[in-house]
Parts: sequence; structure tokens; C-alpha cells
Amino acid sequence: MAHSQADYQKHVRTYIGVFLALAVLTAVTVGVSYIDLSTGPAIILAVFIASIKASLVMAFFMHLLNEKQVITSLLLLTAFFFGVLMILPVLTSG
Amino acid sequence: MSGDHAHELPFWRKHIFSVDHKTIGVQYAITALLFMLVGLLMMLIMRWQLANPAQAIPGIGNLLGEANAPGGVVLPDFYNQLGAMHGTIMIFLGVVPLAVGGFGNYVMPLQIGAPDMAFPKLNMMSYWVYFVGGVIMLASFWVTGGAAQSGWTSYPPLANIASFGQTIWLIGMIFLITSSLLGSVNFIVTILHLRVEGLTFARLPFFVWAQFITSFLLLLAFPPLEVAGILQLADRVLHTSFFMPSGLVISGEVLDIAGGGNPLLYQHLFWFLAHPEVYVLILPAFGIVTEIIACNTRKPIYGYKTMVNATIFLGFMSFLVWAHHMYLVGMSTKMSMFFQITTMIISIPSVILLTSLLLSLWGGAIRYNTPMLFALAFLPMFAIGGLTGLPLGLAGADIHLHDTYYVIGHFHYVVAPGTIFALFAGIYFWFPKVTGRVMNETLGKIHFFFSLICINGVFMPMFMQGLAGVSRRLWDPTQYAHAQPTQPLNVFILYAAIGLGLAQIPFIINFFWSAFKGKQVDNNPWQATTLEWIAPSPPPHGNFSKVPSVYRGPYEYSVPGQSDDFWLQSDEGKK
Amino acid sequence: MSEAVIKHIADPHPVTGVTNSKLGIWCFIASEVMLFGGLFSTYILLRTGAGADWPIGSDLLNVPLATLNTMILITSSITMVMAWASLTINKFGAYKKYMTLTVLLGVAFLIVKSFEYGMKFEHHIYPSKNNFYAIYFVMTGLHVLHVIGGLVVNLYLLLPGSKLWHKAPEQFMGRIEAAGLYWHFVDLVWIFLFPTLYLL
Repeated sequence: MAHSQADYQKHVRTYIGVFLALAVLTAVTVGVSYIDLSTGPAIILAVFIASIKASLVMAFFMHLLNEKQVITSLLLLTAFFFGVLMILPVLTSG
Repeated sequence: MSGDHAHELPFWRKHIFSVDHKTIGVQYAITALLFMLVGLLMMLIMRWQLANPAQAIPGIGNLLGEANAPGGVVLPDFYNQLGAMHGTIMIFLGVVPLAVGGFGNYVMPLQIGAPDMAFPKLNMMSYWVYFVGGVIMLASFWVTGGAAQSGWTSYPPLANIASFGQTIWLIGMIFLITSSLLGSVNFIVTILHLRVEGLTFARLPFFVWAQFITSFLLLLAFPPLEVAGILQLADRVLHTSFFMPSGLVISGEVLDIAGGGNPLLYQHLFWFLAHPEVYVLILPAFGIVTEIIACNTRKPIYGYKTMVNATIFLGFMSFLVWAHHMYLVGMSTKMSMFFQITTMIISIPSVILLTSLLLSLWGGAIRYNTPMLFALAFLPMFAIGGLTGLPLGLAGADIHLHDTYYVIGHFHYVVAPGTIFALFAGIYFWFPKVTGRVMNETLGKIHFFFSLICINGVFMPMFMQGLAGVSRRLWDPTQYAHAQPTQPLNVFILYAAIGLGLAQIPFIINFFWSAFKGKQVDNNPWQATTLEWIAPSPPPHGNFSKVPSVYRGPYEYSVPGQSDDFWLQSDEGKK
Repeated sequence: MSEAVIKHIADPHPVTGVTNSKLGIWCFIASEVMLFGGLFSTYILLRTGAGADWPIGSDLLNVPLATLNTMILITSSITMVMAWASLTINKFGAYKKYMTLTVLLGVAFLIVKSFEYGMKFEHHIYPSKNNFYAIYFVMTGLHVLHVIGGLVVNLYLLLPGSKLWHKAPEQFMGRIEAAGLYWHFVDLVWIFLFPTLYLL
């Protein structure tokens, strides 16, 4: 899959942009932890920021933004079962 | 990877570390059958003890070792080892490796017209990792304290404090799970990418669909069990308390651990795999039986599309029912209701599969050869297994039946006269493709009839014992007054079990004798329609001298206007 | 002998649009999501069971070191994707440079981690101390094993495995892309592990 030099430059700019965003978000993650929140909201906020970082890695480094349907369908299915694994055991262990 | 180099390979690369899916399939199959024989022998020892509590086993008893059976009398600890390892070996070293590793590896690439799997070297590694895991498991019998003895389920806290053999079991499981994961990736990519031209998903043999869905179950459900294994290893070796609650007292002493753990955590992680695992056990069997029924009724399968959709739905639902193995842990009625609902829903696709196969028989020109006999018997046997699952899936009835012999009867009906019969059917059916020779029909029918009768003799009485309240995993049930009335059944079961064991002898003889001296046949002795039957028997490295194309569905039998009563998928024109 | 060759090693499948290795590595990553999912599920169950007794991560763990490690991994993800991008414009030398950086950053991560663990062990803090430390050591430990696995693969692709570039460049690029996807996944796990264990 030979890319043109122009494509390459565009990709490199994107990667650098994502890197900066990730660096900033990492600082935000740490900074936000100093805010005095109760556990519940703290967890939600932390997971939310982590999800944004994860989405950037998935979309741009792992090229999921333009990936084929077979891959994204597999991942959606996996995400569903991941959710089941997060939620049902704790609900069932009351 | 072209086929030209096969004849240049040294012996150890061609036959031991082969990357050819057919060699690997045979390796899996033979290894698995040997493990199943070991599992059968373990079962016979247990059934003796149950029928004749604390009495020496004649002859064999003295071979078991003084630590296990002094004077030939099975000790309770050894009985528990046999129980835990019988289950582990049959499921993880026997049935699944044979059904998926054996049949899946050998037949699936041929049925899709592929030269091999997508990742042949990965395939080879999958087998050897399984083999090493199996050796580790068996070796555990010889360590101090013996093998794992806390059930195949290995629940904490008991499994956490068990002897060293449990640690070996956990390490063995990590090998087996790894093997399974590598295999499932291979199957999914192969089926999606290596189908020949014209072989759309709508034309795929049901056997391949079944292996496809099974692979997704293995891929996504096994990892949480791996986590459970890692955490239990951590508890045992690093003295963590993932599964150990605070204040646990053992033999009068409070355990010196951090505590704060939760045994239910293990059960959730375990059953998250172990429920889909039961569909891993049954789906390849359904696949095999479907192929054999279509071929031996000379008719298309009734409701093929419905069967496929039911199987996809079944695979999806299988991830949502696991806590029906945990109704008695104290969960809320709300969660119990959730799992009962999903469990009742999941019974529907199994019924759809069974009904479609039964309806497929109607109006068929049935050929009663040995594979067909096993495939036919699978249907009512699976029906009994499935139906007896219903009271277990309903929490109210399960309160009485949980952890009793009723459960053992239920799951053995699905796996033993269910899946294992289907696997026998598959062996008789595909033997001519692997060897170029057919197995002897007379010996086959003897194997079939005696197995069918004896296996029902072994498992049917267990329902009665379970209903009477007899618990499972008891070394000596006669200690309990409520178990004494059904004790005579244990004697009956022992005779049936010995009969079942003896009934395998004609099969073993048939298998090896026919491989060398059986009647030689052409490529397609059953006159079947799917692609594996146009390859030579056995197929060479690379399988097809000319890559086939597919022009029609997998079950074009007795098509009006055709001169033959079967129409190969790869046959180009009208005759 | 047969004419048949395994297809879609370098050429994508016409329907799925991906190669065997790409589909394969994503299937593997899906299973790894479930693996770490089991651990996160464990964390949730243990923490909700402990209620108020569960400690705050930042009180017990070394946040600066972990933040450093977060940046190390994120940077290594950049160098990994740059390694792949270099191959798309035929710059094999640049590939080697970026892959070397990726490997070095991975090693740096492990070195930081060993300091982190070392400091804990010095104070006699082991997984057996309590369930917080237990899940901390197991989750980060399993992550470390995955980093090591990725390093081994990347080293192979940097050194002996790189010979494939001259024989079958498309297939080699596919391998780098697959290794990259795995490496990004390892980064992804850390992105969630870091706040969960160290900050909450």
C-alpha cells in the first residue's frame, strides 16, 4: 500500500496532533484527580477522560476511523460483551 | 505456501511438527481419543466405589498405588481427584479438542475448498500447546497430594487451599486456554477469507457455520476464565485474597491472609466461560449430525437458513445466561429473574435445531449405516439432555436439584450420548476421507447398539437419584439416609458402565484394523455433495489439484431432473 | 501436488477488505479486551465489596512515575505508527529508526516499572498485603507481560524479521501494521489502568 508523500505528510501531522492532545489529556487526568470529588463522580470523570484518549488512539493510531465493517462489527460485539462482564457480576453479587 | 516442498521435508517436520491442517487434525483426534479413554477408565473406578463403597476393586485396585487406594480401596481424596480430573479431561482434553481441533481442523478447510488454514504455523503451535497442557494435567496425579480435587469447577475457597495438584491444574488450564485462543483466531480468519469462489455464507455447509460460531464463543468467553485462573494462582502462590473472604477458619484456625475477597467473583469469571463452553461442546456435534443426516436421507436439510440464524442467536445469547449455574449463591430475585428469562429464551434455538433435523428425516430415503445410526440416536438423546435442563434453568426447581445427580444426568446426556455419539458418527463418516478405507459396518453396529443401551443405563437412573436428593461428588452416598433407597441404582449403573467400556473395544479394533486393512473406496463413498468429497482420499498437501468453484448450496440431494440423487457443490453444469 | 496457495496474505479479501493478518490481529485484540475486561470486572467487584475501606490509589502509589510511564507509552505509540508510515513511503531506514525508538521506549517503561515495584518491595509491600495491592500488582503485572511480549515481537521485526521487507514488502508492512495494532492496544490498556489504579 504505497502512499504518496503528500498523504504521508498529512498522516504525520495527524499523529503529532494526536500526540499533543494525548499529552494534554494526560495532564488533565492527573490534574482532575486533585479535585475533591466523591468516589462515584471521580470514577465517571476519570473513565470519561480515559475514553477520549482511548478513542483518539483507536481512531488515528489504529486507523479505526476508516476501518472496514468486519473489524468494527467485531469490536462492537466485543464491547457489548465487555459491558456485560462489567455490569452483571457486580449486580448479581449483592 | 505451495505444496511443492512437502516431499522434501524431514520426517519430524512432516509428521511431528507438521503445519498441514490434516496432520494436525489427526494429531488432535488421536490425542483427544486417548485422553477420553483415560477419562473413561477414571469413571469406571469412581462407579465401582459408588456401587461398592469402601470395597477393594478386584485386580486393578492394587495398581492404583498405596497413596490413592491402600489395599485397592479408593480413598476419598483420590475419589475427588478422579472426579475433578474426569470432568477436566473429558471437556478440555477430550471432547473439545476432538470436536474442534480434530474435526474442525481436518474437515473445515476441505469443505471451504482451501489449501490449508490461514495460519498453518499457528495451527501447529495450537496443537503442541494443547499437548503440553494435557501432559501437565496428567502429570498432576503424581505430585504430592495428588491431582486437583475440588471439582472441575475449582471453586474457592476449597480450591485455594487444596494441595499442589491444583496449582498444576491452573498452569495446565493456561496452556489449554492459550491453545484454544490461537485456534479460534485461525478458524475465524480461515472461514471468512479462504472460502473458494461461489461459496457464499448462504451456501456454507452447516458444519462450517457451527465451527464458525463456536470459534467466536472460544475467542471471547475464554479470557475471563484465564483471569480466574491467574487470580487463583495469585491466591495460592502469592497469598493474595482475591477469592478469600475475611475471617476464614480452616481446621479451627483463622487463616493468616488479608481477606476481603469474594468467592463469587471466581464463580462469575468461571461460568462466564463455562456456559458458552457447553455450546462449544454441542455446536460442532450439531454440525456433524447435520452433514450426515442430509447425506443419508438423500434430501436437503429442512430449515437450513433457520438453523443458521438460530445458531447465531444461540451464540449471542450464550454470553447472557451464565448465572443460572449460580442460582443458589444468594442473588436478588431481580437478577435471578433476569437469568431465568435469558435461559428460557436460549432454549428456543436448540429446539429449532433439533426440530429442523427431525423434520429433515421426513420423506427421506434413509440409509442406516453406522454414522447415520449414531447421528439418529443423537437426536432423542440430545432431546432428553435438553429437556432435563429446563427444571435446572428455573430457579425454583433448581433449589432442589442443584448439585445433585440430576445435574450429572442432564449434562452427561447432552455430552455423552449427545456430543460423543455425534463425534463417533463423524469418525465413521469421514474415516474414508482420511484413510481411503471404510470402517467395518458390523463392528460399527455392534459398537453402536451396545453403546446406546449401556449409556442410557448409566445416565437415566441418575435423574431418579437426583430427584431423591442424592448430592454429586460424594465418595460414599450410603452415609446419607436419603441416598440409601437409590443405592441399588449405583450397582446397576456400574454394570452399565462396564458394558459401555467394553462396547468401545469393537470400535478401537475397528479403527486401527480398518486404517490398514479396511475395504478401499473411492473419493466419495457416501455420494455426498460437499467439497471435501472431491478431494483425493487422503487429500495431498494443498488438498485440491485444481481449485474448485462452488455453484450451489451444500445439500442438493435428489434434485428433480438430475440423473444422480446428489449434485456436487463444485459441479459446473447441468447433467 | 496442488496449485493452491493461501490467499489474502498480502492482498485484502474482496468482501471484508482486509488481509488475513489484520483480521487475525483484531480477533486476538478482541480476546485481549475480554482478558483485561475480566480484570476490570474483578476490580469493580472487589472495590464495591470493600466500600469505604478501599484506599485511594494516589495515596499509595507513585503517581509521578506512572505519569511518566503514560507519556513513555504514548510516545512509543507515535514512534510505532511512524515506523509503519515510513514503510508506506518506502523509507526502510526511517522504519528501522522509529522501530528502534519504539523498542527503547518499551524498555524504558519496564525500567520505570521495575523501580516502581522495587520501591514497593523495599517497604515490604507485596500483593498479599491487601486486595488493593493485589489487583494493582496483578493488573500492572499482566500488562508488563504484554509489554514484554510486544517488545519481543518488535525486536524480531527490527532484526531478523526485517529481512522479509526485501522479499515481500507488502506482507512485511502487514506484519508491522499488525504488531503496531497490538502495541497500540497495550497503550490503550495502560490509558485505562493509569487513572483506575493510581488516581481513584
